[in-house]
Amino acid sequence: MSVVDPTASTPGFVPLSRRGPAPIQAVVGYGFWLFLLSDIIIFAALFATYAVLSGETNGGPPGATLFDKTHVFIETACLLLSSVTCGFASLAVQRRDKVFAYLWMVATFILGALFLHLEWSEFAVMVASGNAPSRSAFLSAFFTLVGTHGLHVTIGLTALAVMLLQIETLGFSQKVRGRFYCFSLFWHALDIVWIGVFTIVYLGAR
Amino acid sequence: MLGKLTWSAVPFDQPIIMITSGVIALVLFAILALVTVKGWWPYLWREWITSVDHKRIGVMYVLLALVMLVRGFADAIMMRSQLALAAGGAQGYLPPEHYDQIFSAHGTIMIFFVAMPIVIGLMNFAVPLQLGIRDVAFPVLNNVSFWLTAAGVLLVNLSLFVGEFARTGWLGYPPLSEIAYSPGVGVDYYLWSLQISGLGTLLSGINLTTTILKLRARGMGYMRMPVFCWTALASNLLIVAAFPVLTATFAMLLLDRYCGFHFFTNDAGGNPMMYINLIWIWGHPEVYILILPAFGVFSEVVATFAGKPLFGYRSMVMATMVICVLSFVVWLHHFFTMGAGANVNAFFGMMTMIIAVPTGVKVFNWLFTLYGGRIRFTVPVYWTLGFMVTFVIGGMTGVLMAIPPADFVLHNSLFLIAHFHNTAIGGVLFGAMAGYTYWFPKAFGFKLDERLGKAVFWCWFIGFYLAFMPLYVLGLLGATRRMQHYPDAHWQPLMLVALAGAVLILCGIGLTVVQLVHSIRTREQRRDRTGDPWNGRTLEWSIPSPPPAWNFAQLPRIESNDAYWAMKQGAHGVEPPAAHSHAPLHLPPSNPTGVLLAFFSVVLGFALIWHIWWMAIIGLLGAVAVGLVQAWRPDHEVVIPADQIAAFYGRQAAEEIAA
Amino acid sequence: MLATRLKTIPRTIALSAITLPLASCGEGVLDPQGPIGKAELILLCDAAAIMLPVVIPVILLTVCFAWWFRADNVRARYRPEWEYSGRIEMIVWSIPTLVIIFLGGIAWIGSHDLDPPRPIDSAVAPLEIDVVSLDWKWLFVYRHENVASVNQLVVPVGTPLRFRLTSASVMNSFFVPQLGSQIYTMAGMATRLNLQADRAGTYQGLSAQFSGDGFSDMRFQVVAVLADQFAAWLDTAKTSGGALDTAAYRAFAHPSKAVAPTTFAHVEPGLFETVLTGWTSAASHEEH
Repeated sequence: MSVVDPTASTPGFVPLSRRGPAPIQAVVGYGFWLFLLSDIIIFAALFATYAVLSGETNGGPPGATLFDKTHVFIETACLLLSSVTCGFASLAVQRRDKVFAYLWMVATFILGALFLHLEWSEFAVMVASGNAPSRSAFLSAFFTLVGTHGLHVTIGLTALAVMLLQIETLGFSQKVRGRFYCFSLFWHALDIVWIGVFTIVYLGAR
Repeated sequence: MLGKLTWSAVPFDQPIIMITSGVIALVLFAILALVTVKGWWPYLWREWITSVDHKRIGVMYVLLALVMLVRGFADAIMMRSQLALAAGGAQGYLPPEHYDQIFSAHGTIMIFFVAMPIVIGLMNFAVPLQLGIRDVAFPVLNNVSFWLTAAGVLLVNLSLFVGEFARTGWLGYPPLSEIAYSPGVGVDYYLWSLQISGLGTLLSGINLTTTILKLRARGMGYMRMPVFCWTALASNLLIVAAFPVLTATFAMLLLDRYCGFHFFTNDAGGNPMMYINLIWIWGHPEVYILILPAFGVFSEVVATFAGKPLFGYRSMVMATMVICVLSFVVWLHHFFTMGAGANVNAFFGMMTMIIAVPTGVKVFNWLFTLYGGRIRFTVPVYWTLGFMVTFVIGGMTGVLMAIPPADFVLHNSLFLIAHFHNTAIGGVLFGAMAGYTYWFPKAFGFKLDERLGKAVFWCWFIGFYLAFMPLYVLGLLGATRRMQHYPDAHWQPLMLVALAGAVLILCGIGLTVVQLVHSIRTREQRRDRTGDPWNGRTLEWSIPSPPPAWNFAQLPRIESNDAYWAMKQGAHGVEPPAAHSHAPLHLPPSNPTGVLLAFFSVVLGFALIWHIWWMAIIGLLGAVAVGLVQAWRPDHEVVIPADQIAAFYGRQAAEEIAA
Repeated sequence: MLATRLKTIPRTIALSAITLPLASCGEGVLDPQGPIGKAELILLCDAAAIMLPVVIPVILLTVCFAWWFRADNVRARYRPEWEYSGRIEMIVWSIPTLVIIFLGGIAWIGSHDLDPPRPIDSAVAPLEIDVVSLDWKWLFVYRHENVASVNQLVVPVGTPLRFRLTSASVMNSFFVPQLGSQIYTMAGMATRLNLQADRAGTYQGLSAQFSGDGFSDMRFQVVAVLADQFAAWLDTAKTSGGALDTAAYRAFAHPSKAVAPTTFAHVEPGLFETVLTGWTSAASHEEH
C-alpha cells in the first residue's frame, strides 16, 4: 500500500487487530453475543409485526381493556429481580463459591418460574374469555410476541437447570464457567427484550 | 396414528414422479450397497460424516450443492420444455398442479440448497486457510450447521414422493400459502425444510463471522485480510442479521397454518403485505449473501492470474461494506406495484440504484487489475471474464427495473426472470465454478482438467445467453412468469431458443461430471506437489495440497497484504516447514452431534408436516438429548505427535524435490 | 401429434426469424397504445440510453484488456506492482455516481408523474371501473353504468380509465402491457390505477402475479372502441346479460378456470365495497 501506516512509527506497539487469534473464552463470548444479536432480530421482526397489527382487533376488545397492569407489573418485577439474582450467581461462579452459586441460581429459577406462571395465568384468562390468538390479528401478534419471550424464558430455565447439573458434575471448570457466562448474557438479554414488551405492548396499549 | 399420512400421499398415478423416484432410489441403493460392500462406512463415518475439519465440511457442502444442482436443473429443463410446447391452445405435458410445484421447487432448491451451500462451502474451505488459522471458531457447530442444511435437503427431496411440494412460488406469498388456499402438505414441506436448514445457515453465519473477526494470523489486521475474507465477512454479517427475519416470518406463517392465527390471512385483520415486506427484508440481503463471496472469488482469481495485486484494495473493501449496509434498505423494490405511493417507491428505487455505484466500482477495479497484468487464461479466468461481461448486463437491467415506473411494466415478467438469472448464473454460479476450479487442487492435491473445464464454461456461457436473452425479449412482449401455457403462438420460437440454451447448460453440467471423473482417473499426472499450483498470493497456497488436518504447523506471521506473495518475494523466501522443529498439536476430535441432530430434525420436521404428533415429540426429545450428551462430552483432544508432523513435512519436501 | 409438431418447428423458426423484428415492435410493452404506456417506454429507453455508454465500453474493455495483457503477449507491459492510482479511483467512483444521480432524478420525477393513482389530465370525463380478481377470472364493474363484464374489458378510446381494484381471493396483478402500469389486487384493500387507450384495438390483459392452478388462464382482452360503439356495447350489455346480485356473485366467486367472456346487466349497488370488506371466496376454495 502506498498509504503510510501510522502504527509502524511507534516501535513495539501492535494494534489489537494484528495480535493474532483471540483466546478461546473471548471467542466463545463473542460468538454468543452474535447469537444474541440474531435472537434480538427475531424479536425485532415480531415487534414490527405487532406494531402493524395491534389495531386489527377484528371487533374484539383492544389491549387497554384486556391487560391487567398490576399483574404485569408483578411479572416485570419478578423478571427484573431474577436478573439481579443471576448477576449475584455469576459473581459466585467466578469466585467458585458453590453454596452461593447454587443459592442464587435457585433464586433465579424460582423468580423465572414465577414470571412464567404469571404469564401463563394471564394467557389462560384471556383464552377463557374468548380472546384466543385466533380471535384477531392483534391477538395473534400479541400472543406470538409475548409467547416467544415466554418460550425463551422456558429455554432459559431449562438451561439454568442444566447449568446446576453441570456445576454439580463437572465443577467450576473453565468450560462450565464460560457456559454460565453465556447463560447470564442470555438471561439479561431476555430482560432487555421484556422491557421492550412491557413498554410497547402493555404501557402502550390503547 | 400417522396423522395425515396415508398411502394416497404417494403419487402412484404420476408416471414421471414414480420413475424419477425409482431411479433415485436405485442410485441411492447402489451407492449405499457399494459403500457397504467395500467396507467404507467406518472411514466415511470417522473422516467425513462426523468430521469437524472445516476443509472436509466445506467439501461436503460443495458436493451437496452440486448434487442439488442436478435436481434443481431437472426442474428447470422441465419448465423450459413445458413452455416450449404449451403455446397457442396447447397445454404441454405438465398440468398446472404439477407445473406449479416444479417452479416452486426450482427456485427454493436453487437458492437455498445450491447457491447457499456452494457459497458457504467455499467460505468454509478457504477462509480459515486464508486467515492462517487451524479451524473455524466453533468446529463442532460447523458440522451441526452442515448437517442441518442436509436435513433440509432431505425433507425437500422427500416431498417428491411422499406428498407434494408447495405450489406457491419460491417465497410462498400469502394468502395463497395460507391453509385456506393451500390445504395440502406442500407448503409445510417448504416451511419446515427451510426452517431447519435456515437454522444451520444462521449458525454457520455466526461461526464464520466470529472466525473472521476474532481468529486471524498474527499481523493480519483488517486491512491486510484477503478480499475474499472481507466479502465472506460481509456475507456472514448479512446472514446473522437477515436469517432471523426469515425464521420469524416463517414461524408466523406456520402459526397461521397450524394454530389458526391471523398474521397474513385475508380475514380477522390479517395482513399479507406484512409477509411480503418481511420476506424481502430477508430476501434482498440474501441476494448479497450469495453474490458478495462470488465477488471475493473473482477478486482472488483476477489478482492471482494477472500476477499483480488487486487494484484499489481499499476501494474494494469499502465497496463491499457499502453494499452490505445498503442491502437492508432496498427491499421494497420487489413490490413497487403494491401501490405504496410515489415518495416511498422513489426512495427505494433510488437506494437500489445507489448500490450500483459500489458494484460498478468493483467492476472497474477488476478491469484495472487486468490492466498491466500478465494474464494466464486458466479456467477460473474464463469464468471471471465471462462474469464481467455478463454481470454488467444483469446490473443494467436491474437498474432499469429499479426505476419504479419502468418496473410497473416489467414486474413479474420474463424480463425479471432473465434479470435475476443474469445475476444469479452470471454472478453467483460463475463465481462458484471459478472458486471450485481455483481451490480444487488445494482441496484434493491435483488440478481439474483444463480442456474439459473450458468446455464446461462455454456450455454455460453460451447456454446462458441462449436461454435468457429470449426471456428479456419475451418479457417486453408481455410474457409473465409462472405461466403454465400461453395463447400467443408466435412466442414459441423464442421459447424454443431458450430450451436450446437449457439443453446446452445441461451439457455443461454433464461435462462437469465428466471433468471430475476424468480428472480423478488421471490424477497422478495432474498432481500438485508444490502446494502452490497457480503461483498464488494468499496464505492457503503456502501449505501443502491437500493441507494436513492442522493446516499450519506454525501459525504464520503476516507483514502485508497478499501475505504469501510477499513471503515469496522476500529476502529469505519461504522457509519450508520441514526445517522447523515441531511441537505436538491438539485438534478437536470428530463428533457425531451434527448428524444425530440432523436425524432427529428430519424426524421432527416430517412428523410436523404430516401432523404425527407422537413422532414429533420423539424428534424433539431426541434432539434435546443429543444436545445434553454434547454438553457433557469430555474434551478429549486428538494429539498429533511432533514426529508425525515432522514426517509429514519431510515426505512433502521429498515429493516436491522428486517432482 | 408430437411428430407433426416437430416437423413444424423448423418452419416456425424460419418464419419467426423474419417476423420477429416486426412482432417485437407490434406487441407488449414495446408497442404502447396509451399515454401511460408510452411514457413508461420512453423512460425505459432513456434509462437504457444513459447506461449503455458505460456498459458497452466496460464489456469491450474487459475483452480488450484481457486479450492485450495475455501472458504470451511480449508487447504488453507487465506492471506487477501497480495496484493504486488516486486519479483512476476518483474516476471509477465518479462515473457510476454521476450516472446514478442522473437516473435517480429521472426515477424521482417518473415515480411522481406516473404514480398509478394519479389521474390522467384530460378534457374527457373519466370512465370509472371497479376491478375484482377472483379464482381465476376478472370481474369488471362499470360503476355508474351498473354493468359488469367478465374477462373482457370494453372501453372507449381516448377516455381516461379510472380503476379501483381489489381481490376476492388471493393476490393478483392487473396488467395490460400495451396500456402501461400494472398494480396488485389484494383482498380487503383497494388499489387505484389510471390508464387510457388512445387507439382502437384489442389488447391482451393478464394477471402478472401467480395465484394458483388457474393462473395461466386469467387472461382478458381489452377492447378499445369509439365512443358510439362503446355506447352500443353498453346498451347490449344492459339488455342481454343476467343480473349480478348476491346469490349470483356467490356462485360466480366459486373457483373456475378459463372462463369465457360474458356480461351482467344489473349489478347490485355497492358490490365492490362488499367484496372489499372481507367477503372472500376462501370457504369455496376449501371445497375445491
